[in-house]
Formats: sequence, C-alpha cells, structure tokens
Amino acid sequence: MAEAILQVNNLCKSFGGVRATQNVCLEVLDGETHALIGPNGAGKTTLISQLSGLLPPDAGQIIFKGRDITGAPAHQFSRAGLARSFQITSVFTDMTLLDNIALAVQAHDGHSFRFWNNARHDDRLRQPARTYLQQVGLADRADQLASAVSHGERRQLEIAMALATEPGLLLLDEPMAGMGQDESSLMIDTLRQLHGKKSILLVEHDMDAVFALADTITVLVYGQVIASGPPDDIKSNAEVRKAYLGEDAD
Amino acid sequence: MADTTMQQDPPPATTRRRLSWTGLFSLLIFLALAILPPVAFYSGHPFWLDIFTRLVILAIAAVGLNLILGYGGLVSFGHAAYIGLGAYAVGVPAYHATYGGFDLIASYNGFVHLGLALLVSAVFALITGAICLRTRGVNFIMITMAFGQMIFYAIVSLETYGGDDGLTIDVRSEFPLISLDNPLTLYTVCYTSLAIIVFLLYRLSNSRFGLTLQGARSNEERMRAIGVNTYHYQLIAFVISGVICGYAGFLLGNFTTFISPEMIDWTRSGEIMFMVILGGATFLCGPIIGAILFIVLEHLLSEITVYWHLPFGLLLIFSVLFLPGGIIGAVSRIGGKKGQRNG
Amino acid sequence: MESSLLLIQLLNGLQLGILLFLLSAGLTLTFGIMDFVNLAHGSLYMLGAFLCASLTLYSGSFVLAVLLALPLTALAGFALEKIVVRHLYERNHLDHVLATFGLILCLDTLAHLIWGPAGIAIPLPDTLNGQVELLTGVVVPTFRLLIIGTGLLAALGLYLLVNHTRIGMLIRAGASNRTMVGALGVDISTLFSGVFALGAALAGLAGMLVAPIAEASIGMGNDIIITTFVVIIIGGIGSMKGAFLAALLIGLIDTLGRSFLDDLFKLLMSTEAAETAAPAVSAMLVYLLMAAVLAVRPQGLFPPLSR
Repeated sequence: MAEAILQVNNLCKSFGGVRATQNVCLEVLDGETHALIGPNGAGKTTLISQLSGLLPPDAGQIIFKGRDITGAPAHQFSRAGLARSFQITSVFTDMTLLDNIALAVQAHDGHSFRFWNNARHDDRLRQPARTYLQQVGLADRADQLASAVSHGERRQLEIAMALATEPGLLLLDEPMAGMGQDESSLMIDTLRQLHGKKSILLVEHDMDAVFALADTITVLVYGQVIASGPPDDIKSNAEVRKAYLGEDAD
Repeated sequence: MADTTMQQDPPPATTRRRLSWTGLFSLLIFLALAILPPVAFYSGHPFWLDIFTRLVILAIAAVGLNLILGYGGLVSFGHAAYIGLGAYAVGVPAYHATYGGFDLIASYNGFVHLGLALLVSAVFALITGAICLRTRGVNFIMITMAFGQMIFYAIVSLETYGGDDGLTIDVRSEFPLISLDNPLTLYTVCYTSLAIIVFLLYRLSNSRFGLTLQGARSNEERMRAIGVNTYHYQLIAFVISGVICGYAGFLLGNFTTFISPEMIDWTRSGEIMFMVILGGATFLCGPIIGAILFIVLEHLLSEITVYWHLPFGLLLIFSVLFLPGGIIGAVSRIGGKKGQRNG
Repeated sequence: MESSLLLIQLLNGLQLGILLFLLSAGLTLTFGIMDFVNLAHGSLYMLGAFLCASLTLYSGSFVLAVLLALPLTALAGFALEKIVVRHLYERNHLDHVLATFGLILCLDTLAHLIWGPAGIAIPLPDTLNGQVELLTGVVVPTFRLLIIGTGLLAALGLYLLVNHTRIGMLIRAGASNRTMVGALGVDISTLFSGVFALGAALAGLAGMLVAPIAEASIGMGNDIIITTFVVIIIGGIGSMKGAFLAALLIGLIDTLGRSFLDDLFKLLMSTEAAETAAPAVSAMLVYLLMAAVLAVRPQGLFPPLSR
C-alpha cells in the first residue's frame, strides 16, 4: 500500500461570510492520479490555491511528505515539492518556451544569486529544459516566444514548467480548460505518460478525462467533500449522482 | 487594473537577433563618446567637453535606474536621492577637511569619498527598498518618491552644509596618479565608468540573477509558484541600482563642484526616468540614448527660449501618448522588426 | 511649554491637515474611480492660488476672487482631462506618471509666463484679518478658523458624496474598472471629466486658502504634492476616510514636530546637538512615520476592500 504524500486535515477558508472550503479532508497517495471534481463554485480553485500556498487557510493542516507546511509562503510550498499549474494560463509570455522551462529548472537548482555567467548558455539549465519540453511535445517550439504559441501549447508549457521543479506532487488546475478536442486529447496523453511516475492532484471539469486518468476521485460540493474513492464507486455513489453527476446525466 | 510593470513593450528576454543591430548601435555610441569629447577639447571647445561629461554622468544614473525600472519592472521615482547622497559624500568630508569637525570622515581622499558614496547609497537603498518592495504598483511609485523627498528635506535642514543654498566643493576627491581637476581626466574616468558599468550590467542581465529578475517582472505570481522568493532578488537589484546612482552622484559632485538639495528634488528623478523611458528601457543602452536626447533637447530648447520646460513638457506628453517603447521602440517599429507583438 | 502655545500649534496643525485633506481628496477621487495617478495635482493647487491672487488684485475682493477662481480651476481640470488625461486611462501607471510629470513642467512654465517669476502676495480683507480670542490667552487669526471651517465643510460634502451617492459607491468599493461604472448606468466619459474637475476644484480651493497667508508662487504645488502622497499612502490609497484621518495626523505631527522637537531634544542631548538634529528630524518626521506605518501595514491604515 502506497504512503500518503499529501494529507489535508479539516481545511477551512472563508471570504467574508462565504465559506469556500469547509473542513476539507483529503489524502493523495504517492504515485496516484487523484482527481478533484465538483460543480462550479464548489471551492476547487480555492482549495488548490491553499495547497500551493497562495492563500493562507483559516484553519486546518496541510501535511506534505510528513511535514506540516500550513501557512508557509508560496515559494516554500514549491520548494517543498508542490508544483501547480494555473487555471488561467500563467507563463512568462515575453520569454521563449525554452527560457520559461530553464527558469523553472533554475528555480529548483538552488539560489539564483549568480551574477556573472550567462544562464542562457548554461547546459545544466538548458539540457534538462529541453528534456521537459520534449516530454510535453514542444521540442520543436523551443525558441518561440510564449506569447506566440497556441493556447493548448501554453498549457502544455505550464505542465512542463511544473515538472521542471521536480515536484513530489503536481497540482493541476483545470489543465484542459478552454481546449479544443485535439488539444485535450494531447493533454490527456501527456498526463497519462506521467501516470504512476508522478503523484498528481487534478482539478478538471472534463469528465471523460477524469475517468480516463484518475485512480481516486474526490467530490467537492459547496466547499465540502461529499465522497472520495475509486472512479467506479464514485460513478455509482447516489449522493454524487444527485449533487453533481445528475446535472450531466443524459 | 493597469499595472506598473512595463507591459506595453516588454523587452523580450531572448534578443539574439536584435542584439546584432542594437549591439552595433551601442558600439557606435561608445565610439562617438570616446572620440568626440577629446576632439572638442583639443580643438578649443572645452565647453563641449563639459556637456559630454554631464551627459555621461547622467547616462550612468539612467543605466542604473534601468536595472530596477526596465529589468525589474518596478517604477522607482526616487533615484535622484542617490545622486544627491553620492554628491554629498564628496562635499561633506571635503567641507570638514577644510573647516574642521567630524574627524571621522573629514578628508580629501577620493577613496574615502567613493567608499562613503557607495556605502551610504547602499544602506539607504537597503532600508527603503525593504519597505517599498512590500508594495507594488502605484504605492511603490509614491513611496519611493516620498523617501527621495525625505533626503531632500533632510539636506535642506542641515544648515551646516549650506541648507537650501548648497555647498561649494573647494577640493575635488584626491586620487593617487590622477587628478580630477583636469577636465579630460575627469571625462575619461566617467566614460570608463560608464563602459564598465554597462558591461557589468550586460553580464548581470543574462545571468541567473538577471533572468530571475526579468521573470519576476514578467509574471511575479508564476515566479513564486516555481519556488522563488522574488522579494530578495528585487531588493538586491534595488540596492545595486541605488549604488550605481550613488556612484553617478560621486562623479557629479566632482564635476560640478557645487552641490545643493536642488539636485535631489523629485523632478530630477523624473528627468532620469524620462531618459530611461524615452531612450527605451527595452535594451541596455537605451538609457544612454535617452540621456543624449535629454541633453540635446535641453540645450537646443533652452537656446530658443528660457521657457524651454514648456516644449520639453509637451514633448514628454507626446512621447508617452504616441511613442510607447521609447525611441528604440519607434525605430524598431519603423524598421518593421518586432513590429507586432502580443497579436 | 505653555498650554496656550500648544493649543495654537494644534490649531496650526489642524489647518495644515485640512489643506492636505483638500489636496488628497482630489487624488483619492481620481485614483479611486479612474485608477489614475496624477502628479500634476499640485499644479492645480498652484493654479488655484494664482487665479485667486490675481483676481483679488483685479477685483479688490478676496471672497469674489475665490468665487470666480473655483469654477475656473474646475474648468481647467475639465479641459486637462479632455485634452490629455483621458487618453491615459488605458495605459499603465508608469505612463500616467510620465505624462503628468510633463504636464507639471508645462503648467509651471505657463504660470511663469503669465504671472512672472516672482510670487504674488495678496492682502486679506479687513473682515477676515482680525483675531479671535478662543480662550483666555489663546488668540488665533480669524482666517485660520475660516480655513479650518471651509475644509471641514468640504470634508462633510465629500462624506455625503462618498456615502450617499452612486459615485461614492464606486469609491467605497475601490472599483476602478469600467464594467462596474458602466453597470451603474452612468455616462463614463462625463463622469470621469466631472470627477477630475471636482478634484481640481478641491486642490484649487486649497491653493486659494493658502494664497493670503503664504503667497502664490511657482513650484508651490511640487513641494506639497509629495506630502499629499505621504498622506494617501498612510491612509491607504483610494480611501477617503483614510485620507482624512491621515491628513489630520500628518498636519499635526509635522507642525508639532517643527515647533516642539528641539525642546524635546534638548532634554535628551546637548543644546548644540539638539539644534542640529531637531530640524533634520522634524523635516523627516512625516516620512519616518510613513516608513513606520508601512513596515507594519504595507497597504496603509485603511486600504479599500478590494485592493
């Protein structure tokens, strides 16, 4: 039985009077792909933001690799090995794809208080960066500006940047959002290749993708976890069907 | 919300193709600055040498500001304070060496002046930067402005050093082997300094540090999400930038031999910013072009009318409205290179 | 230290605070609603002072001059908004700063061209030139009370504007986006021009109130604008309430610092040292206060909710 790489205990966050996450408990096992689903406004993005350190929770605990990292600043979450992609694509648009990845590699490679050597000619950064680009199928785009590539490619770039920080756990916030059919299936391929090699916590609306990829699914409704388990259990869970899948049932 | 980062025309981080023509252009500028002033001096136009000296000193300050403004994307409006601190680091020890008192620093020794200029500007940048950098956008602009003005008022209130009326430096910084009293020597020192600083910044801008700084400008949240504490990098850049301007102040004090709070006034900060933006924060030598334009305009316009600030101000407004990206941006648009971005 | 002296200095501080509030109110309006940073706000203050001064000299009546100068300053603000400022809303703050810096150079030079390099001093009308004995031993000039009264009246008007109108709703929400303004169903273009003109009039009013006690001079706005910035930074940029409280705070601290700091220092150090240190420290006092506030609260004391 695999160990839990991420353990979330009773996480709470309110905005004004609105409770975005209520006593959320979650466990991601090492190596599994864990999907987080729920209708709009269920608090998924709020949860991911807390798990990546961008939002401090009001109460509860985030334990990653056995270490309590609740309340630490964002950059330390990343240091600890939690890497996220953003729902709205967030890359360095004025840099080339290769530079984007190289920057992420560099961020993982200790401090950057190095003022002299040209980092663009540094093989310790460039080689791994090329490998990551290759992994997401963007090797031939390496020298293009991130602002010049397609939306789907930018999302792939985000995944590669997250990978470049060699995380223990990837937090992917709707990686398929706004993608066409072809781009989605490309992304599913990429994620499937990572399956088993990386622990992934995936927030996604695309149910086909979720059921194709996930080992475990957790359902969040109104900030609360209403069910968690293997895909088949979730599919047949009455409460989930009522609260969530019911809306989509044909 | 409009952000203070330079989103209108961010310098592309990879400039391999552009480097060839901007590099050539920079080389031409440096060549001209190496040849013209000595020629002017020896052909009996020492006045022109003075203009060039002032130009090069302003260029150093502008290049220094550009590190935080162009590469860091942080709009600091208080950089004249560092020039003032650097200049008073020459004036104050020299004053005490002449009139006594404050034995700790009283000296004509150039190394004392230089050391003091760099130290004081570094410390001031470190303290104010630590506070300013906790804020962003318009807060950052106004706070840097306010700290700059704080130095202004502090110096105005120091009657010992002339207060409002300023202070005359009777003896320039003394160095072994060279004498800054010789205008050509002084120019050579300024020119060499500019060349060295530009080269150092060139190395820095492509180093890991430089890329981190530019990454934070491009997308700070992303930078944090890949595990970088941007604050520390920006603070160091802020200090380096302040120290360069402090050094420019040290040179300016030795050049003008008269220093006054007027050189710290926030409108001076605005002028340096004008140089950076008009020349183009998009590449390393842009601020130098901006400084050249500033000096040329100042002399051309003030020859036509004593009210030269009026056309100058109008020009500034027009350039903001119609020349985003500065002269370099305009030239590259006309040249059709990199014409359309973010399409 | 006499208590009457303290009381008089408190009133002086209050007066400075009121003037700072009139200036920061305009900045808060333009920043809060249009997300626009206006360095040239101080030039409007100068413009108000000059208009009032020359109209006083021309008409012989200070009150009449103020009544004429107020709409004129508002008109100038309106024109500036139409000609320059409105083209900058879509730009970033750096462009705002640079363009309005250019505007300062233009306006200062224009004032120089019109009114000459020297300042204009104007006499107070006799009715306002008297003194009032508030308490025994506390005699204050009537005009100072008038300044304070006018300022408080303006503050009341702004309070009503902010709390009881739709424009005020925008400020309270800290909403500087067009969709929000559009959603309220107002004509954005007119609203923005009007708000800018109102801000200009408030700054001009401050200049007019200062003209009889200081004189109208070139560059007078450039000194006070930075103190105004300190006010709105401490208050929390975009917050009217913050601007009001911070303005009074800064006015009092600056005035009291200048008058009593050397006495205070003399208790702690030699007279000679105190006489050197006190002016320097009192000149920096408000900035040090700003640094202290920011170290604890980077967004100022009363930041608007959504910023």
